[in-house]
Amino acid sequence: MTDPTDLLGKSAGPDATGHFGRFGGRFMPEALIAALDELTLAYTQSKQDAEFQAEFHRMLRDYAGTPSMLYEARRLSEVAGARILLKREDLNHTGAHKIRNVLGQALLAAKMGKKRIIAETGAGQHGVATATACAYLDLECVVYMGEEDTRRQALNVARMKMLGAEVIPVHSGSKTLKDAINEALRDWVASVDYTHYLLGTAAGAHPFPAMVRDFCRGIGDEARAQVLELDGKLPDAVTACVGGGSNAIGLFAAFVPDEGVRIVGYEAGGDGVETGRTAATITLGRVGVLHGARTYLMQDDEGQTIESHSISAGLDYPGVGPEHAYLAETKRATYEPVTDAEAMDAFQLLARTEGILPAIESAHAVAGTLRLAKELGPDATIIVCLSGRGDKDADTAATYFGLLEQS
Amino acid sequence: MSVTPVFEKAKAENRGVLVGCLPVGFPSYDGGLRALRAMIENGVDIVELEFPYSDPTMDGPVIQRASEIALRNGTRSADVLRMTEEITSAGACTVLMTYWNPIERYGVSRFANDFAAAGGSALITPDLIPDEASEWIAASDEAGLDRVFLVAPSTTDERLRMTADASRGFLYATSVMGVTGARTSTSAAAPQLAARVRAVSTIPVGVGVGVSNGEQAAEVASYADAVIVGSAFVRLLLDTDEASGVAAVGELARDLAAGVRKRSR
Repeated sequence: MTDPTDLLGKSAGPDATGHFGRFGGRFMPEALIAALDELTLAYTQSKQDAEFQAEFHRMLRDYAGTPSMLYEARRLSEVAGARILLKREDLNHTGAHKIRNVLGQALLAAKMGKKRIIAETGAGQHGVATATACAYLDLECVVYMGEEDTRRQALNVARMKMLGAEVIPVHSGSKTLKDAINEALRDWVASVDYTHYLLGTAAGAHPFPAMVRDFCRGIGDEARAQVLELDGKLPDAVTACVGGGSNAIGLFAAFVPDEGVRIVGYEAGGDGVETGRTAATITLGRVGVLHGARTYLMQDDEGQTIESHSISAGLDYPGVGPEHAYLAETKRATYEPVTDAEAMDAFQLLARTEGILPAIESAHAVAGTLRLAKELGPDATIIVCLSGRGDKDADTAATYFGLLEQS
Repeated sequence: MSVTPVFEKAKAENRGVLVGCLPVGFPSYDGGLRALRAMIENGVDIVELEFPYSDPTMDGPVIQRASEIALRNGTRSADVLRMTEEITSAGACTVLMTYWNPIERYGVSRFANDFAAAGGSALITPDLIPDEASEWIAASDEAGLDRVFLVAPSTTDERLRMTADASRGFLYATSVMGVTGARTSTSAAAPQLAARVRAVSTIPVGVGVGVSNGEQAAEVASYADAVIVGSAFVRLLLDTDEASGVAAVGELARDLAAGVRKRSR
C-alpha cells in the first residue's frame, strides 16, 4: 500500500526526455529550454527531498484540508444502478482539486528562489487558486486571462485581485484560454530568470505533465487507500472528467498498475462531437503539437488550432495532457465524450439525490459514470473524482435551467 | 537551393546579409507579394516568409496581428508554397519561418519536398529544437533543405554546440530574452551570443529581434552575418493603405541595405 505521506510517489512515465510513448516531449522555443531543465531538476530533486515532501504534505493537510473524503453516494447509486463512491475534491480549500497543484508548484518555485509567479486562466479558477497559493507563500502573482473571459468572469477577476494578484487581459487571438497560455509563455521567455510559470493542467512541455500529475496524485493515492480500508479490495472502475486532465491523471496515476481496474475519462462533448462545437480532443483523435507537447488536439486540415466549445469553461481547451493521449493509445484508459446536456442532467441529478452542487466539469464525470454503471451493473463499485464544487458555476447552471428569468 | 551562396557573396563584399520577413497573406496575398518585391528591389538578400499560425507563441504583438489578418484572409499552406515559388522566381533566396504543427499536419517529408520543389531554401523552426527534430532532420537531408534552429542568451554551451551542429545554412540567434518586435535599442546580449556561437562553430549567425533602422542594422552587422528584420516591416503595412505601406517598406529596405553595408569589422 502507498505510504500516504509519500504524495510524490513514483509513476510509470515519462522517459528521461519527457515522452509518454510518442506523446509529450518539448516543442518549445530554445529560450525556455534552460528554464525547463532547471525546473525538471528541481522537481526531480523535490521527489527525493524528505523536507520538501513533509512541507508539501503539511500544507495539503493543514491548509488545503486533504485527504478529501471518499463518500458513498447511496441515493445516486440507486439511480445509477451501481455503487458510486465520490472522491470529494470539492471539499478542499478553494473548492477544487487544483489547490494541490498550485501549492506544489508554488512551494517548488519558492525553493528555487523564484519570487514571481505567472499563470494562465480560462474562467478564472486556476487564476484564483494560483493567487491563493501565492498569498499563502508570499509570492508575486500575475495572471493572464483572455479579455473575453475577464468580461464573462468579472467576479473571479475581483477574487484574484482581492488575493493580491495582478490580472492582465489578453487581447490577441480568440481572447480565451489558449491565448492566455500563449501570452504567459511570452512573458516567461522574457522573465524566466526570476519567474515561475505555474501551468494549470497536466499539459504543456516536459516536466509539466509529469509534475502536475505528481502534485495531484494524492487524489488517487488517497482514494486507493480509502477504498481498500472501506472494502478490502480495489474498485471495478475509476472515472474523472478530462479537459487538460489534471484531476483525472491525479486519480488515474494510482490505479494504472492495477490491471483489473477500468479507467475512464470523460471529455467535454459540447453540443456533440459531430457538430464541431466540442472539446473532445481524444475522441476526435488528431495528433499534433500544441503548447509544447505532442498530443491529441483540435485542429483543422491545415494544422491550425480550432477553438473548443463546452458549457464548462474548465474543460474548454483544444488540447489534452500527453499522458492521457498515451493511456488512450495504449488502451489502458478509455475516453468518451459527454455532451453539455448530459452533463447538466447529471448536475441536476447529483444536486437532487445527494445535495451536492458539483462543478460542471465534475458533472461530466458523473454523467459518464451513469452510462458506465448501466454497463457494469449493481455489483460494481466505481470511484468518481468530484473535482470541484459548483458555486462558481451557479450562474451558468441557473441560466441553463431557466431560473434567472425576469418575472 | 542552399542559403550558403548568399552568405558567401556577402562575405566577399565584406557586408552583412539582409533578411526581410513577412507573414504570407498579409496585408493580403497580393499586397504581401508587392511588399516583398519592394524589399527585394531595395536590397533584401533573403526573404523570410512566415507561415501564419493560430498560436504564435514566439511572436510579439505586431507579427501576431499580421498573422491573425493573414489567417482571416484564408491563407493556407498552398499559398505559402505559391508565394515561395513567386519570390524565388523574382530572384530572391526564400526561407520559411514556421511553427511546427502546420508542417506536421501537412506531413513533414511531403512538405520538405514540396517546399524544395517551390524553390525554398530553408525552414526556421522556432518551436522545434533539435532534440525533437529527427523526422525533420531526415526529411531536410532528403529534400536538400537547410535547417535553421534557434539559440538564445539562456542556451548552455553544450546546447549551443549541439544546435549549431544540427543546423545548416545559418543559425538564428534571438538577441533579446523575449519575443519578436522592433525595439528602440538592440540587445546587449546579442554580440555576446554571436561570439559564443563563433567559439564553437563556423556556421553563419543571423540575429533577429529588434532591428528597425539602418543604424541598428549596421550595428548588428558588425558582429552577425545576417540581420533579420520582421516587425519593423510589418508595422509599416498595418493600419495604412497598401500603396503607401509598400512604398515605406521599400524605403526601409533601402535604409537597412545601406546599414548592412556600413558595418565596421
